[in-house]
Amino acid sequence: MKLVGKQTWVFEHGIYIQEAGTAVGPLEAEGPLRDSFDIVHDDLYCGEKTWELAERRLMQEAIQICLEKARLSFADIDLFLAGDLLNQNVTANYVAREIPVPFLCMFGACSTSMQTIAAAAAFIDGGFARSVLAATSSHNATAERQFRYPTELGIQKPKTATFTVTGAGAVVLGRKPGRWRIAAATIGKVVDAGMTNPLDMGSAMAPAAASTIEQHFNDLGISPSDYDLIVTGDLSRVGSVIVRQLLAESGYDVTNNYNDCGLMIYNPDQKIFAGGSGCACCAVVTYGHLLKEMERGAFRKIFVVATGALLSQTMVQQKQSIPAIAHGVVIEAAKEE
Amino acid sequence: MSLKTNYRQAVKAFQPAPPYFFNSVKAFVVGGLLCALAEWLAKWYSSFFSISAISAQQLAVMTMMFFAIVLTGAGKYDDFSQFAGAGATMLMTGLANALASAAIEHRSEGWTAGIASQMFKSGGAAIVYGIVAAYLLGLFYYIVS
Repeated sequence: MKLVGKQTWVFEHGIYIQEAGTAVGPLEAEGPLRDSFDIVHDDLYCGEKTWELAERRLMQEAIQICLEKARLSFADIDLFLAGDLLNQNVTANYVAREIPVPFLCMFGACSTSMQTIAAAAAFIDGGFARSVLAATSSHNATAERQFRYPTELGIQKPKTATFTVTGAGAVVLGRKPGRWRIAAATIGKVVDAGMTNPLDMGSAMAPAAASTIEQHFNDLGISPSDYDLIVTGDLSRVGSVIVRQLLAESGYDVTNNYNDCGLMIYNPDQKIFAGGSGCACCAVVTYGHLLKEMERGAFRKIFVVATGALLSQTMVQQKQSIPAIAHGVVIEAAKEE
Repeated sequence: MSLKTNYRQAVKAFQPAPPYFFNSVKAFVVGGLLCALAEWLAKWYSSFFSISAISAQQLAVMTMMFFAIVLTGAGKYDDFSQFAGAGATMLMTGLANALASAAIEHRSEGWTAGIASQMFKSGGAAIVYGIVAAYLLGLFYYIVS
């Protein structure tokens, strides 16, 4: 049985990340992880006419560099999985328009990175594909204007607000033994803690993250110390403290091996409020930075939990609370054969 | 009280409270200074061009809104608002910023569907309730006097 416990899929037959590609915008390039990214833009428009076209370009570039590094072409890919934050997933769908590969569009808000990896691994393990391309993106200005206000509107934001990461990440998964093995994935349930403030998504998402992490430990009968690093996607300064406390209340101590991608991507002196968020936050930090750290030997086994606030402006205006979801993927350092 | 038993209450301890007092002081000082500047402009216009007080006030408001729009276009008004809060948003300059920022944001959708249709997206509420408030105050003033 590949399903272990209630929500965890275990991949025993060797599924590997073949390569990864990342592209980011100017503020991410000013952050501490600059050298981890493949492509860096110093202009938020990335040489395009509109923000939406800029985001599309970021995803195209991440895919291109990923395939180049893996020395693969579209002919080698059996399935393409992608998603983003925009209505009708326009970035993913328009990028897929140029890619002659069967495509499944996925939406998991900012959990899309691990959602697509988990699904890709399952398709490969089930024999439905040999190699799968997975990509996701977000752009600060496209997200701001869809979910919040015009970018130049003067609104005093609270310290709990997060800052959408401009960037895109892509990975190719396959059976060929590589440097990173996908060992397991825990699919999250939608958790709604009753939060209604779209300028505090950390509080809305932390219970979903805690739910997935606890379920993962229960399903596999393991504890936090089995991982060198447990990292959430974009809980930021507010949510990361809450998730630690939630886990502590359930008897799981993650004091020494927990971090959040939203806290890693920017420098503390950048004007980014509580930290980074967006699909690209977890994607570029994991695919760009964490995989390189594993290659370097800094981590042997990590659990990446991408967190998504399933936010809709219409629902928020109708005073509905914000549901959230988190999907976790276990990545192990492997020796290339 | 633990997060597990009552999340909605317990989570408040983890959310940094906005610095209400400090924000109020900043809004009062900055908003007051801007209003004083507009008042000074109105006086100056009135004497320099020898026009009525009401015309001079209109001219002063237009000048302030012009500079707010220029700052919005330069991408600086949002930084100023983050600092000054209500001292920047509750003035006519804030309305100018709301209209200009929406127009800039939606120019990618063209002149009609973008700029013209979306321009009042954030400023529209201020205009509607501004008119309603003015009407009610006028009615009150009429009855009292």
